[in-house]
Amino acid sequence: MRAFYGVDLLNPLMLGTAQYPSPAILEEAFRTSGAGVATVSLRREGAGGTGQTFWKMIQDLGVHVLPNTAGCHTVKEAVTTAHMAREVFDTKWIKLELIGHTDSLQPDVFQLVEAARILSEDGFEVFPYTTEDLIVGERLLEAGCEVLMPWGAPIGSGRGLNNIYALRAMRAEFPDVPLVVDAGIGLPSHAAAAMELGFDAVLLNTAVARAGDPAAMAKAMMLAVEAGQAAFEADPIEARDMAEASTPVIGKAFLS
Amino acid sequence: MKIVLNGEARDVAATTLAALLEECGFSGRVATSLNETFVPATMRGVQTLNYGDRIEVVAPMQGG
Repeated sequence: MRAFYGVDLLNPLMLGTAQYPSPAILEEAFRTSGAGVATVSLRREGAGGTGQTFWKMIQDLGVHVLPNTAGCHTVKEAVTTAHMAREVFDTKWIKLELIGHTDSLQPDVFQLVEAARILSEDGFEVFPYTTEDLIVGERLLEAGCEVLMPWGAPIGSGRGLNNIYALRAMRAEFPDVPLVVDAGIGLPSHAAAAMELGFDAVLLNTAVARAGDPAAMAKAMMLAVEAGQAAFEADPIEARDMAEASTPVIGKAFLS
Repeated sequence: MKIVLNGEARDVAATTLAALLEECGFSGRVATSLNETFVPATMRGVQTLNYGDRIEVVAPMQGG
């Protein structure tokens, strides 16, 4: 498994922390699955310091924290949010999201590249939420990113991998870059498919948090990404159009 | 002094950002911005406030 800015992850599941029925279930999902990376965000602090309680729980999980810039629509907004996140979470990691379209939450890749350059020059380790576009990927790497996170499908849609062809092309084009499918996963089979393409990790949230039993689904996702990873490493066969008998023909008794 | 704190109009006695956080009961892990510009924790003591300033105080929250 490729390292993420020098960090070797124990497993390829990155899990979001939003939308769970309760903090206890969120905690259970992490403990049951063993996910090693948690995405988090920054929001206005409420009366009574609700953010502090959440932070204590995340710290107790002992996971790598990946703060996001969710909901940012401009470079300035995203860069300011990243600075605030670095201070609060005490990490150089930032999941850079620059939303360009309200309905699809598609990244605005032009602003994404600009923000990635500004943040990389400022010492951040940027995890850009991007599309599967190869040229955008190249520009992000030129801007200083050492990880790429193409979407599988729109955030929260649960549609799986919309463009397997392009994700496979990304893997082939950037053989040394850690690649993460971020967003759109609905089922463990989607997560396994991403890993079978040779991706390094899968980042998901809604598919687990909104499942009837989030902790059980988190475990299922972990089993899926580990199975997909093992399958990729085992060098799968190529698909073919016609049948090929697996039982030897030679030696078959003459009975007709 | 009249300022806007996390989107709400407030009338506060504080004249610096650090004093404002104390006056409004913020503690622990928070980050601040003044008029949409990040103010590092180390600068809050010397960051003076002016009439109408917009201050954001954010903290860790669930995210995807």
